[in-house]
Amino acid sequence: MATANIQHRNRRVGFTFLIVALAMLALGFASVPLYRIFCQVTGFGGTTQRVTEAEAATVTASGMTMSIRFDANVERGMPWEFRPLQVTDTVSVGARDMAIFTAKNLSDHPITGMASFNVEPEYVGEYFNKIQCFCFTEQTLQPGQQVRMPVLYYVDPRILDDPDAKDVEQITLSYTFHPLAGANAIALDRTGSGG
Amino acid sequence: MATTAPPESFPAHGDAHDHADHDHKPSFFARWFMSTNHKDIGTLYLIFAICAGIIGGAFSGMMRLELAEPGIQYLDTFTKLFGVANPDFNQTLHTWNVLITAHGLIMVFFMVMPAIIGGFGNWFVPLMIGAPDMAFPRMNNVSFWLTVSGFCSLLMSAFLPGGLGIGSGVGWTVYAPLSTYGSQGPSTDFAIFSLHLAGAASIMGAINFITTIFNMRAPGMTMHKMPLFVWSVLVTAFLLLLALPVLAAAITMLITDRNFGTTFFDPAGGGDPVLYQHLFWFFGHPEVYIMILPGFGIISQIVSTFSKKPVFGYLGMAYAMVAIGVVGFIVWAHHMYTTGLTVNTKMYFTAATMVIAVPTGIKIFSWIATMWGGSLEFKSPLVWAIGFIFLFTVGGVTGVVLANGGVDDVLHDTYYVVAHFHYVLSLGAVTALFAGFYYWFPKMSGRMHSEFLSHVHFWIFFVGVNMIFFPQHFLGLQGMPRRYPDYAEAYAHWNEISSIGYAVMAFSLIVWFVNIIYAFTAGKKAEGNYWGEGATTLEWTLSSPPPYHQFETLPVIEDAGHH
Repeated sequence: MATANIQHRNRRVGFTFLIVALAMLALGFASVPLYRIFCQVTGFGGTTQRVTEAEAATVTASGMTMSIRFDANVERGMPWEFRPLQVTDTVSVGARDMAIFTAKNLSDHPITGMASFNVEPEYVGEYFNKIQCFCFTEQTLQPGQQVRMPVLYYVDPRILDDPDAKDVEQITLSYTFHPLAGANAIALDRTGSGG
Repeated sequence: MATTAPPESFPAHGDAHDHADHDHKPSFFARWFMSTNHKDIGTLYLIFAICAGIIGGAFSGMMRLELAEPGIQYLDTFTKLFGVANPDFNQTLHTWNVLITAHGLIMVFFMVMPAIIGGFGNWFVPLMIGAPDMAFPRMNNVSFWLTVSGFCSLLMSAFLPGGLGIGSGVGWTVYAPLSTYGSQGPSTDFAIFSLHLAGAASIMGAINFITTIFNMRAPGMTMHKMPLFVWSVLVTAFLLLLALPVLAAAITMLITDRNFGTTFFDPAGGGDPVLYQHLFWFFGHPEVYIMILPGFGIISQIVSTFSKKPVFGYLGMAYAMVAIGVVGFIVWAHHMYTTGLTVNTKMYFTAATMVIAVPTGIKIFSWIATMWGGSLEFKSPLVWAIGFIFLFTVGGVTGVVLANGGVDDVLHDTYYVVAHFHYVLSLGAVTALFAGFYYWFPKMSGRMHSEFLSHVHFWIFFVGVNMIFFPQHFLGLQGMPRRYPDYAEAYAHWNEISSIGYAVMAFSLIVWFVNIIYAFTAGKKAEGNYWGEGATTLEWTLSSPPPYHQFETLPVIEDAGHH
C-alpha cells in the first residue's frame, strides 16, 4: 500500500519537473523569434527601425545636423562589388535623406543576395528609421549587371533627448550582402582556412 | 508521514527479496553494469570522474608544457598524437584549440559534475535524508551510462576531422560561427552530441534528486532540518533543470545550422551569432554555480563536524544558496561585456553580478563563524575545507573585479579571467571534492586513509595550484590573452613559474593515489562514526561502508534536529 503510494507520488513529482524541463527547452527555441522581436522593438544590437511613409510624414526636421557614414561589404567569397556612392553625408536630424549604393555582379551567372544591416553606435538603432531600403527585399543581379540601390531614411529627433546619445556626432550605417541559398546559390569557401 | 513506516514499505530497489539476507548483493556484472543502488552508482560516478579527470588533467599538462617557455615547441608532437602525420602550421595551431576545448568540456561535464553531483550526491543525499535509495533507481542508472556515452562521444571527436585539423577546436563555449561553418567535419558534431548526452543525463539526475528530496525524506526530516549538503544538491538540481534544456536548445540549433541548412546563428539567413552567446551563457552562468554549490554543501558539513557544533546561521546558509541560484539566472551577460552592450545594460549586469557577492559573503562568514569558538580538530577534511574557503574567496574577489563592465573591457579574454575561474573551479570546486573525499572515503570504502598522507597531499596541492594560477593574474593584468599557444618574451617568467606549479600539483596527485592504495591495502577498518561527536548527520548512524540496503526501517528524526 505504502509502496504504491510513494511510487505514485514520486511519478507525479517526477513528471511535473520533466514538464518544467521541457518548458525550458521550448523557451530555448522560442528565444529565436523572441530575440528578433526584442531587437526590432528596442533597436538592440544596432537594429534599425522600419517606418511607413505616413509615420515619416509626422516627423519635423530639428535643424541640428549629424554626419552619416555608409559602409558596404559583401560576404567572403561573394563575387559582387558593392559600395556607397558617397561615403559620408551630413543630414539634418529629422529630415529624410536618400543614400545610394551601387552593386555589380562580377561573375558569369546570376546571383541573388540579401543584405544584413545595422548601425554603429549600436544604441542609436532605435532612432535610425528606414522608409525604403534595398535591404527589405532580395536582390538578383544578372552576370555583369550593375544597379543603384537606394535607402530612404531619417534620424529620429528623439535622439537629441537621449543622454546616452548626446556625444554621437556620426552614425555609421553598415550593410553586408550575403548570397542566398536556392536556385542561384553559389558555393562559398567560408571556412577561412586560406591554405 | 507522522509515524515510522513499516520496513517493507520502502524496498531499496525493484527486485523482490524473499529471504532474510538484507545485504545480499547481485553478481559482479549485474551489480556494476545494471546497478540501481544509489551507493554503487555513486561509486561508479566517482571512478568515472577520476578517470575523466586524469585525461582532462593530462590535456592541461600538455598546455602548461607548451606554455612553459615562449615559442612553439611541443604542439607538433601533440598534433601527431592525434593522428596527423605531417602537420602544417594551421593544423598545429588547431591542436591547441582542441586541447583547450577538450580540457574545458571534460573538466566541467565529465569530472566536476559527475564527481560532485553524481558521486557525492548519489552517495549521500539518500543517506542524509534517511531514504533507502533514490526515487527512480533505474533512471539513475540511465543517467550514469548516458554520461559515459557522452564522454566516449567527446573522446571520439578528438580523432575526427574538424575545421583546420583533427579534433574539435571550438572552446567549451562552442560559439558560432566558429562552431558552425568555421569547423566543418564530423568532429564538432560529435563534441556537440556529447553535450546532448551529458545534458540529458544531468536533467534526469536533477529530476531524480528533486523527487527524492521532496518525497523520500524520513519521518520528521522537514526541509528546514535537512543537512546543508542536501540543500545544496536540491538547489543545484533546480539549476540543472532550468539551465540545461536551454543549452540543449542552443546546441541543437548549432547542429541544424551545421548540417541542415538552418541559419539560427548565421547573419546570411537573418540569424545572429550573439543570440547563441546569450543562450549559452543563460545556461553557462548557472552552470558555474552547479559546479560549486554542492561544494558549498560539503564544506558546511565538514566545518560543522570538525568544529563540533551546528553550522552558524543554518537557515541563512540554506537560503543564501537559494539566492545564489536565483540571481545566477539574471547575470549571464557579464560574460558578454565586449559584445557591444549599451552602458545601461552593462550597468544592470554589473550591479546584478555584484549582488551575488552578498549571499556568497554570508556563506563565507558563516563558515568562519562556525569555526569561531568551535572545538577545532584539524583532521584532513577540515584542512581541505579551510583551503577551500581561502581559495574560493580569492576567486570570488577577482570575480567582483571582473563583474565591472568597464574593467572587463580591459581584462576580457586575458589570463586574469583564466586565473579567476580556475580559482573558483579548479581550486575551489576541486578542493571541495578532495575535502569531501577525505571526509567520506572511509564511509564509502570501510577503510581509513592515512591522515599524514592526506595532509601532505593538501600542502603540496595547495602550493602547486597557487603557483599555477596566482601568477596568471599578473599575466592577465599585463595583457596576455588566453587561448594562444605562444606569447611575447615579456610573459616568460610567470609562465615558467605557472608550469612548474603544474608539476607540483601533479605530484600531489601521486600522493593521493598512494593514499588510496594505502587505505585499501593497509588501512584500518573504519567505524560507523569515525569522526566522533561532531558528525551528526544520518550517514554516521550506519556502518562503514553502509549496508547494501539501508534504512529499511526508516529513522525518525526528533525535534532536536540534525543541522
